[in-house]
Amino acid sequence: MPANKEDGTNPEGHIWRIAPTRRDIVGFLGWGAVLTSIGIGTLAWVRLMYPRVLFEPPSQFKLGKPTEYSPQSVSDKWIRAYRFWLARFDDRFVAISAICTHLGCTPRYLNTEDKFKCPCHGSGYRGYASGWKVIATNFEGPAPRPMERFRLSLADDGQIVVDKSVVFRLDKDEASKPGAFLPYA
Amino acid sequence: MAEAKKGWFDIVKSSYVWKSIFRHEYQDTYRNRVLQVSSNVFLHLHPTKIRRHALRLRFTWCMGGITFLLFLIETVTGVILMFYYRPTGEYAYHDMKYLQFDVPFGMIMRNMHRWGAHAMVIAVWLHMFRVFMTGSYKPPREFNWVIGVNLLVMTLMLSFTGYLLPWDQLSIWAVTVGTNMGRATPLLGHEGPFADFLGVNARYDARALLTAGRLVGAATLLRFYVLHCIFIPIIAAVLMIVHFWRVRKDGGISGPL
Repeated sequence: MPANKEDGTNPEGHIWRIAPTRRDIVGFLGWGAVLTSIGIGTLAWVRLMYPRVLFEPPSQFKLGKPTEYSPQSVSDKWIRAYRFWLARFDDRFVAISAICTHLGCTPRYLNTEDKFKCPCHGSGYRGYASGWKVIATNFEGPAPRPMERFRLSLADDGQIVVDKSVVFRLDKDEASKPGAFLPYA
Repeated sequence: MAEAKKGWFDIVKSSYVWKSIFRHEYQDTYRNRVLQVSSNVFLHLHPTKIRRHALRLRFTWCMGGITFLLFLIETVTGVILMFYYRPTGEYAYHDMKYLQFDVPFGMIMRNMHRWGAHAMVIAVWLHMFRVFMTGSYKPPREFNWVIGVNLLVMTLMLSFTGYLLPWDQLSIWAVTVGTNMGRATPLLGHEGPFADFLGVNARYDARALLTAGRLVGAATLLRFYVLHCIFIPIIAAVLMIVHFWRVRKDGGISGPL
């Protein structure tokens, strides 16, 4: 590496130096330390804004035994309390979030027409007959995507447990993921 | 000539305490008038002289000045409200009602704060409209326009954070709807574009940073209170100082075309 000239510039006359001087190295280390400290401090501050424990209402609820739900039906039982439908198919349960994907209203399940219909702007979603993979997929009105599904599991006492903090989205192909449905024959 | 009779003011002015504060006599000269403005800690942000057109109300609408006046009113009434308001889920709503019905002059302080906030947003927009229509955003004032846009954002953020503090149904659901927009933040919102890139979810994303959790709750109230009373006002004040200073440095209030 060619040496710098006495004034610190390189021999070819460019303003930048070829070899870092002692001052460059000390300066780099000094500013590096300052910026690293600020960076770590900023990251720590952002992390501090996310507490480990949240004091919020529980997101998991027990829904009773699977036998309490009549086969081949969409249950309205938990709409008022927890805002989701529990649909029972021949081999599985599916929990459908009752939040319209258009502007967040609560759609209704229309038994006679077998479809979900939002009263606000008329979004329609496919009903039970479309099968567990397609049910609650939007087909009319302004809704941009299917309604979401909640995680289902079975508790030790044989009751169905829903966890509303874990959602599965049909538009992301998550209908068949484990947890997106509860196998039950 | 016989010694002039010393009045009580002369006696006060020759006292040690007076001299320690003012140090020397004030002679009413042009030079001293300029020095009075430029060397005074409270007045030094003012220009030492302004052109006649800057006083014409039809040109400036005085909207910037009114905005600043409203900011001062908000600061004073806001600090007064802080003497009674506790930003916790249990007390916030009742303290608001207490201020309204049981604290003498509490109602007028709360209403001044509320209506002043509305007026400030309107005044900021009108100020921006005037600056735009008179072309005062053009060079050499283009950077001050940028600062002004930031001040607009700070004003809106003050409005938004203050909206939650009454802690009634209206404010909770308004802020729920407002913060739900944070879900769609690119990269940092769990329902926004590229959400999977950083792996953000409902618990850890831009919206959760604002609401301190998955929903608008007591933790959100405290967070908004700190933002409303400390964080945003300080940033706004700093920006305002630079804003006024730049008005002077960029050649004063722009003249009529």
